[in-house]
Amino acid sequence: MHQTNRSFDHLQEIVPPSAVSVRNVSKRYNDVEALRDLSLEFPRGQLTSLLGPSGCGKTTLLKIIAGLIKANSGDVEVNGVKVEGPGPDRAFVFQDFALLPWANVLRNVAFGLELRGVAKSEREAIAEKYIRNVGLTGFERSYPHELSGGMRQRVGLARALAVDAQVLLLDEPFSAVDEQNRRKFQEDMLALVQNEKKTFIFVTHSIEEAVYVSDQIAVLLPRPSRVSEVIRPTSFRNKDAVNIRRDPEYLDIIDRIWASLRNYVE
Amino acid sequence: MTVFGLRLPGMSSLILWALLWEVVGRSGLTFFIPPISEVFLTLFGIIGTPAFTKALTETGYAFIGGVAASIVIGIPVGILIGKNRLLDEMILPWVNIFLSAPLTALVPVLMVLFGFGMTSIVITTTLFAIWIIILNTRAGVMQINRSMVEMARSFGAKPLEAFFKIYFWAALPEILGGVRIGVIRAVKGVIIGQLLISIVGFGALFELYSSNFLMSHFWAVLIVLFGMAFSISEFLAYLERRVAYYAAKR
Repeated sequence: MHQTNRSFDHLQEIVPPSAVSVRNVSKRYNDVEALRDLSLEFPRGQLTSLLGPSGCGKTTLLKIIAGLIKANSGDVEVNGVKVEGPGPDRAFVFQDFALLPWANVLRNVAFGLELRGVAKSEREAIAEKYIRNVGLTGFERSYPHELSGGMRQRVGLARALAVDAQVLLLDEPFSAVDEQNRRKFQEDMLALVQNEKKTFIFVTHSIEEAVYVSDQIAVLLPRPSRVSEVIRPTSFRNKDAVNIRRDPEYLDIIDRIWASLRNYVE
Repeated sequence: MTVFGLRLPGMSSLILWALLWEVVGRSGLTFFIPPISEVFLTLFGIIGTPAFTKALTETGYAFIGGVAASIVIGIPVGILIGKNRLLDEMILPWVNIFLSAPLTALVPVLMVLFGFGMTSIVITTTLFAIWIIILNTRAGVMQINRSMVEMARSFGAKPLEAFFKIYFWAALPEILGGVRIGVIRAVKGVIIGQLLISIVGFGALFELYSSNFLMSHFWAVLIVLFGMAFSISEFLAYLERRVAYYAAKR
């Protein structure tokens, strides 16, 4: 594993093989260097957070993995296949949900399948299953403007799950959701990672959120963005949702990340 | 509106204006304004006469032709220039020029180019209606959320699919607003066309009645025209309200 040297002391467990590999990716926006020579591995079936201060290019990296933005140099591989653009092996969850306001929950959740040409009855059966999984049963016929922010993002999540991509890319999915809903969401995420056996890549600027939900946390530092360290929590990952926030390692990691990030916060 | 605790239906004020019209008409102030009751009697008299039916069909044909052309050409052009920077640079100045140009002055040119028949009238109507439709559609497309476009791409929407399943619907509130204003302008266009190009349809009736000082006939036809334009515009406003719930949250 060629992650940063400092992360080796946390690699006591066996890390699964990578589902996504980012190798030497650089990205410039005119004069601004967003990412410089960034390399990172994303283990299969686990949740990796990209954590860093605003402007550190974490969303840019996520969109490069999604194929929505082209890198200036370097490669992204998903299951060994080079990324040339968006593909059915990845699904995206948007910060502002990006739901169709004129379509009800059922059609929104099924929309990814609709674009893939899945027949109506089939895609609606699949959509109904995922609507149930994210806890929105009974809201199939509701429209996005009738739902709260938290419920809308559940729709966005269900839409991404419904296309059954191996890799889920989540761009600050809970940042437009209120605090209590966010906590509930984070607990649900843990169960989702367990049950879905998918690779999750999760962009956030909340240290607590990253440590709470992640199998692996990549701390990015800005201007230009690079991976400062990769942390793999060991002791609390298998505890139940309510006990994580009291675990000493959880608190230590939060302190440690804050210590390295605080210099970069204006 | 509520008056003395009574809820009045919409446009009740029209009754007051009609009363005023009746009073002015009966006072014999000017031959130009006959009493409105007489206008309506004339109206019921001429509806159904062959001359009126012929005028209605001719005007309706030109109007529907012009509006259909404006919508069928205007909306795709608006979406294209809203999505493509280069096309926008090329076409937008012309749209703005024609939107504010005195189009009536162009009518003689159209007559030279397309003759004195229905074609010229339909084109005149189109020229009156299309620009605002293009401009509004463009505005609608340009305000589409970036993440909506990325959503379409990331789920693998083909360009045509994105066009019909996302961009069109996302821009629909603005498009309908543009079509409503376009339709109102098309009414102007069709009458101007009929007056200047070839004397047919309602234009011919206006010409006939006003030159023979048949004022109640003149007003009757005008009321029919106003009524039709107003109904179409209200219908489109109703459609606009139907999609207004998502206009603010795209």
